[in-house]
Amino acid sequence: MDNPNSTNVHPQNKNSIVRGLTDMFISLYKIYLFLAKFFKEVFLPPYEWNEVMKQMYQIGVRSFTLITFTGFVVGLIFTKQSRPSLAQFGATSWIPGLVSIAIMRALAPLVTALIAAGKVGSSIGAELGSMRVTEQIDAMEVSGTKPFKYLVCTRIIASSIAIPILAIYVGFVAMMGSYLNVLAGEGTSFTTFMAQVFEPLSFVDFEASLIKAIFFGFTIGVVSCYQGYYADKGTEGVGKAANASVVTAMFLIFMEEVIIVQVAGWFR
Amino acid sequence: MQKPKGHINYDDTVISIRGLRKSFGDLHILKGVDLDLFQGENLVVLGRSGMGKSVLIKIISGLLNADSGSVNVLGEEVTNIAEKTLQQLRLNIGFSFQNSALYDSMTVRKNLEFPLVRNHKGLRRAEIDNAVETVLDAVGLSQTINQMPSELSGGQRKRIGIARTLILQPKIMLYDEPTAGLDPITCIEINDLINEVQQRYKTSSIIITHDMTCAKQTGDRMAILLDGQFQRQGSFDEVFATDDDRVRPFYDYNFIQ
Ligand SMILES: Nc1ncnc2c1ncn2[C@@H]1O[C@H](COP(=O)(O)OP(=O)(O)O)[C@@H](O)[C@H]1O
Ligand SMILES: [Mg+2]
Repeated sequence: MDNPNSTNVHPQNKNSIVRGLTDMFISLYKIYLFLAKFFKEVFLPPYEWNEVMKQMYQIGVRSFTLITFTGFVVGLIFTKQSRPSLAQFGATSWIPGLVSIAIMRALAPLVTALIAAGKVGSSIGAELGSMRVTEQIDAMEVSGTKPFKYLVCTRIIASSIAIPILAIYVGFVAMMGSYLNVLAGEGTSFTTFMAQVFEPLSFVDFEASLIKAIFFGFTIGVVSCYQGYYADKGTEGVGKAANASVVTAMFLIFMEEVIIVQVAGWFR
Repeated sequence: MQKPKGHINYDDTVISIRGLRKSFGDLHILKGVDLDLFQGENLVVLGRSGMGKSVLIKIISGLLNADSGSVNVLGEEVTNIAEKTLQQLRLNIGFSFQNSALYDSMTVRKNLEFPLVRNHKGLRRAEIDNAVETVLDAVGLSQTINQMPSELSGGQRKRIGIARTLILQPKIMLYDEPTAGLDPITCIEINDLINEVQQRYKTSSIIITHDMTCAKQTGDRMAILLDGQFQRQGSFDEVFATDDDRVRPFYDYNFIQ
């Protein structure tokens, strides 16, 4: 049919719904192709380790300050706010254990991922987006330099490795924040504190947290690379790519958090 | 400057396009394009903005897919080409982008090295440096080797973009509006460079331009894209020997009053 509008009674309505659905399926299909391409190319040599290291360094540098600060404050505040409730039962000695469960199981990977989604996701989205818009990716493509492997695979691997490392670091910093408050409140010694911290934790907790962080890092990498790599032409494409990276990545991180907690529960 | 005579072999077509069609949604851009590029020739492609000139060379280099028709480049059919073959073919095609498309995050040296080291593994440092210096010298910008693209002028960026394609010693050059947005003196320098590349690297080129001086100085042959097809082809004087008011303005605007 040449013109779908001519036979349609409510062309506006139907068109926008159909177009919305079509767009959704097209973008789902594009994401599927993107992931398929990633898994196809990532295992083929050369592995571009130099570039991966460079990207990991970038991710670390970009988010280090904010992550340190946030981790510390989260540990400190969480400890401070838990104290009154526990004090009611005379159970302030449970504070380190409680805090460590909250931080190690949930907060460290989540806080890290959310901050990284903001800092790293947006900068990867903007970086690749502007390379797309200014035809730098096309220039790489036509000179046979495999931009997907060089730009996308390296960044996805880097964030899948760097985010878990940062999450471990955040866990540590948060416990330091917590200790500061415990020291001020109960005057517990550091060794006692540490013993109390590790007592309720099992290996499964660490494993689940680490796996979660790897998923989060992978998600941030995939989402922001996808948004940037397929950014719309035009300058507004860059901003849109950066913004969509953050929003989509955060949304998916929350979804994954819920799912992984469920799944981990079956193993505990 | 008068155009030096190229050594054109009219028995050897490096690009041969037949019945090429391309649409974006309802927008029909290319409507059955036929075009040949001969070995050693500089072919100038003229046409209004939005006519699909860039789309045409993007299809030639495999950046966009054709809807139908045949596009034969150096004996390979790019409308139906395996990824690996395309990869190999691309090493023979140099693409000079309209906005130069230099890699912002890399120095001039790294920009030039990039295609080389990523396509030829195991080159020695001296070989790479040598290749970089040779192409930089060819475009006359040896002094910029350690600069960032943001520190270069428009004309310099254009030349570095051209140098970056020359480092792979392509057989075909595709220039997308090489003189757009440049001052007249720089334009003449770019025109000379295009001719030098033709002579020195024995390339066959497609040059997209609105600039009649560029067309006249660099082109061995002209082709005008009108309404999705090449409706006029021939020498500079031949294509403008017409009253067609879709064609005349290109000439009049550049050379008269
Ligand atoms: N990737 C694309 N997606 C959709 N439309 C495009 C795309 N590339 C080009 N177009 C459209 O095709 C037409 C021709 O573009 P182009 O080849 O860039 O023109 P020009 O002859 O000025 O180089 C324009 O209307 C442009 O909007
Ligand atoms: Mg164009």
